[in-house]
Amino acid sequence: MSTLIFRTIAPLLTAVMLVFSVFVLLRGHNEPGGGFIGGLIAASALAIYGMAMGGEAARTALNVHPLAMAGFGLALAGLSGVLSLAFDVPFLTGLWSIFDLDGSEVALSTPMVFDIGVYFVVFGTIAAVALALESDGEDA
Amino acid sequence: MQDMAIHPVDWLVILPVVLPLLGAALLLMLREAKEAQYWMALGTVAVLLLGDIALATRIAEQGPVSMTMGNWLPPFGISFTADLVGAVFALAAAGVTLLVLVYLRLDMPDRARRDGVYPLVLLLLAGVSGSFLTGDLFNLYVWFEVMLIASLGLMVLGGRNSQLDATVKYGFLNFFATTIFLLSLGLTYGTLGTLNMADIVAKAPAADPAVMASIAALLLLAFGMKAAAFPVNAWLPASYHAPPAAVSALMAGLLTKVGVYALLRAMTMLLPASREVLEPVLVVVALGTLILGPLGAIAETNLRRALGFLVIGGIGATVTGIALNNEAGLAGAATYVLHAMLTITGLYLVAGLIEAMTGETDTRRMGGLYAAASLPSVLFFVLMLAVAGVPPFLGFWPKLLLVEGGIAGWAPNWDGWALALWVGVLVNALLTLIAGSRLWGHIFWRAGHESAENEAPNPDLRRLDRRATWLGLAPTAVLTLAVFLLGVWPEPLLGFGKQAAAGLLQSADYVAATGVAGGEP
Repeated sequence: MSTLIFRTIAPLLTAVMLVFSVFVLLRGHNEPGGGFIGGLIAASALAIYGMAMGGEAARTALNVHPLAMAGFGLALAGLSGVLSLAFDVPFLTGLWSIFDLDGSEVALSTPMVFDIGVYFVVFGTIAAVALALESDGEDA
Repeated sequence: MQDMAIHPVDWLVILPVVLPLLGAALLLMLREAKEAQYWMALGTVAVLLLGDIALATRIAEQGPVSMTMGNWLPPFGISFTADLVGAVFALAAAGVTLLVLVYLRLDMPDRARRDGVYPLVLLLLAGVSGSFLTGDLFNLYVWFEVMLIASLGLMVLGGRNSQLDATVKYGFLNFFATTIFLLSLGLTYGTLGTLNMADIVAKAPAADPAVMASIAALLLLAFGMKAAAFPVNAWLPASYHAPPAAVSALMAGLLTKVGVYALLRAMTMLLPASREVLEPVLVVVALGTLILGPLGAIAETNLRRALGFLVIGGIGATVTGIALNNEAGLAGAATYVLHAMLTITGLYLVAGLIEAMTGETDTRRMGGLYAAASLPSVLFFVLMLAVAGVPPFLGFWPKLLLVEGGIAGWAPNWDGWALALWVGVLVNALLTLIAGSRLWGHIFWRAGHESAENEAPNPDLRRLDRRATWLGLAPTAVLTLAVFLLGVWPEPLLGFGKQAAAGLLQSADYVAATGVAGGEP
């Protein structure tokens, strides 16, 4: 797979896909998209990078172990539910904060934080599987 | 949306799930720090144990508590509803996990530690607690899957061939069971339009009895497979002996009990009318499991496989309670689950020590341990008597309640089924005693290997070092002590059994706590 064309185009493609995955994630609250599909796109981006540059390069580019990222996502999703403890409402109740930023309305909410958590869980898990398939199984 | 203000105390019902989930997530992030992982896992489970104690006390004082996620109305939102049965089982599960974690420090190969044994244990505990506390059938399915995934991971850690073999069998049959569970959930939702347990209690009597009976039959098959009841029990002895002893102790102590709990909840509380229809099946399942379990244990020579058959015999005792469906019988089933969690875990932990000292898994190649290590032999002896149901140990009281339930079911109209179950429980106790004492004789009493010169001392015995002795024996001793103390002072246990049975038979409090008010949304 490591042809010159592929190796040249892969980093570009990866960058575009990663940005697109964040776009899909944030768009997901009101339109098709969301954390799950965003995470999948991000994981495919990493997989393409790994195919072109080798599993080791993909691991280095990631900096942290993908499973640690999945753990971070799980913690984020869980904590977004625990936040409702402070507001005397049941676990996982959606909390919203809507404010004006330079004339446009910005909505921050715990469902969004939860979705970001899902993004990381999916990305971490699928990336771990993809990287394990690329290596020979010694340091999965 | 509902406008009930939620007091922080109400969070106790969700804490046993949220805490281990967050703990597991944190441990995954800290995967490089192995020492810290261990202590954090221990701390998480210890806090969880305190939370479970608080939850159980609260429920004992004021009846079932409930919380519906995300502030939606109960039949639509997912409820967590804890009654005494669920809360006490969750408490026992947390206690057992804490002790197994202590033992785990001794037992795990380094590779397994790196691959995340502690996060998996916490995820398993989250799944088990979630199953015990959830008030929604579909949510129960989700926790089953969480448990299944965590236990598959635990079982395969270490990666020996026998473990892979066991995991494939275990995984395939359990996925099959959860698929059947999912099928019955689809049928339930199609028929009743709800999966909230309290709502099902209210709506099931009005539905077509034939449809409800087929749903109950599917649930019986699915949960029976999870619990390893006869005739779908073959996966248990084929898989539980493969992983390290601590892991198999955790699984034998907790996972089949979740199946039993689900069966208890579904048959007795959710679909009592369909249980009547299925009663002959339940009786046959109970009798088959009661007899086959200990017979298998007598025939088996592999130590932990034999213990697996003893687990199955215990499942028979709990199914007996469900088949009897009177107060004493259900109290017997509920207390038996509690007893089995403590006793079976203890037995598997001792078995791990025995395997470490003899270097064998086959009881014929063991022997002479009594002289070499008297404390493990005493612990094994006590736990074995407890499994068989010999007083003054914990196992006696559940079996006494079951026998009482058999007589109570038989006496008013000479019900032959109840009599058969009564005989079955007694035969099971006798056979279990034979199986247990045979194991004890093989492992501890005989001086050497089983052969022509079995009086010659066993040459392969190894002494445990000090650290292994402490880490290995302390958790087992605590479990054995609990088994003994609850045996000689059974008041709390019997009180729990009585309340649990009453709660399962009269579900009004449970329904009221959820807030669905007799099915009217």
